[in-house]
Amino acid sequence: MSDLITIQTDHGPLQLPAGSTLATALTHILSHAKQDSHSVATAVNGQFVARPARASCPLADGDTVLCFSPITGG
Amino acid sequence: MSSPTHTADDTWQIGETTLSSRFLLGTAGYPSPDTLRLAILASGSQVLTLGLKRTLAVPGGGDNGFVQIIRDTARAHGAHLLPNTAGCRSAQEAITLAHMARELLGTHWIKLEVVGDEQTLQPDPFELVAAAAQLIHDGFEVLPYCTDDLVSARRLVDVGCRILMPWAAPIGSGLGLLNPWALRTLRARLPDITLIVDAGLGAPSHATAAMELGMDAVLLNSAVSQAHDPVRMARAFRHAVEAGRDGHRAGLMPTSDVAIASTPVSGQPFVLP
Repeated sequence: MSDLITIQTDHGPLQLPAGSTLATALTHILSHAKQDSHSVATAVNGQFVARPARASCPLADGDTVLCFSPITGG
Repeated sequence: MSSPTHTADDTWQIGETTLSSRFLLGTAGYPSPDTLRLAILASGSQVLTLGLKRTLAVPGGGDNGFVQIIRDTARAHGAHLLPNTAGCRSAQEAITLAHMARELLGTHWIKLEVVGDEQTLQPDPFELVAAAAQLIHDGFEVLPYCTDDLVSARRLVDVGCRILMPWAAPIGSGLGLLNPWALRTLRARLPDITLIVDAGLGAPSHATAAMELGMDAVLLNSAVSQAHDPVRMARAFRHAVEAGRDGHRAGLMPTSDVAIASTPVSGQPFVLP
């Protein structure tokens, strides 16, 4: 078993240590975007993951992690 | 936002929230954040719509301060945020986005949108009903953007929707009320449901016509944001909505296919009976 997993993000593939959680991934993702973790909502493989559950949400190789923010809208 | 033209005896509700303005304003497509702020103030709107997007796909998010202006203006004037699920093509996508919106914006209101056709952006009634049922179960106040079809509207009511947002015409078309009969039918057959005409209004007169039909409110975006002078247009729509509402409350006269003289001259002025 590899010590690393690769997840898909809006910034492209991201390698993380096996056993990483969504909270860990978010720290890496947001370091590029100058946003804090409270300014985004998250989904893993299209399923909403609430803020309190991020730290206990394990990621698997191939998972897709997406972040969403408010925008103007009609 | 308070307004001297809002009538205290003519309020309406979204959930437990009482509102006096019947003009809900979209926030997309304005030339600048300050124009948006001024348009919000001119509209007198108490409900402002927002969307959600994978903004991290664009470095820096590309927001340019619009969302902060919306939040600040809403907070300063007591307006409420109404997030939407724009862009969703399935019930599951809409459900996920609604939960995200609730977390990010702190509101359980959701304008539920599920597109069923790419050219008309016509709502998908089947996915709408499925999403609405789940979201109501999850504690949301669901405002579904739907067509003017009575039967699918009833299905939404059956799963617990207390508010419906039938279209006047396709989003962004500015065509006005394409089917007044259908809207009038919705009003007559669903008298206890709050009806907000959403999408397709292009001119203030369209808003007046919708309100004269007995709609409870209108929601629009592009007609204001794409105007040469969005602030003036926001004010125009505000007055148009109020005029239509007053007209409806006052009671429109019955129409006739033949002339009915209004001046009581008793026949021809120079002809003896």
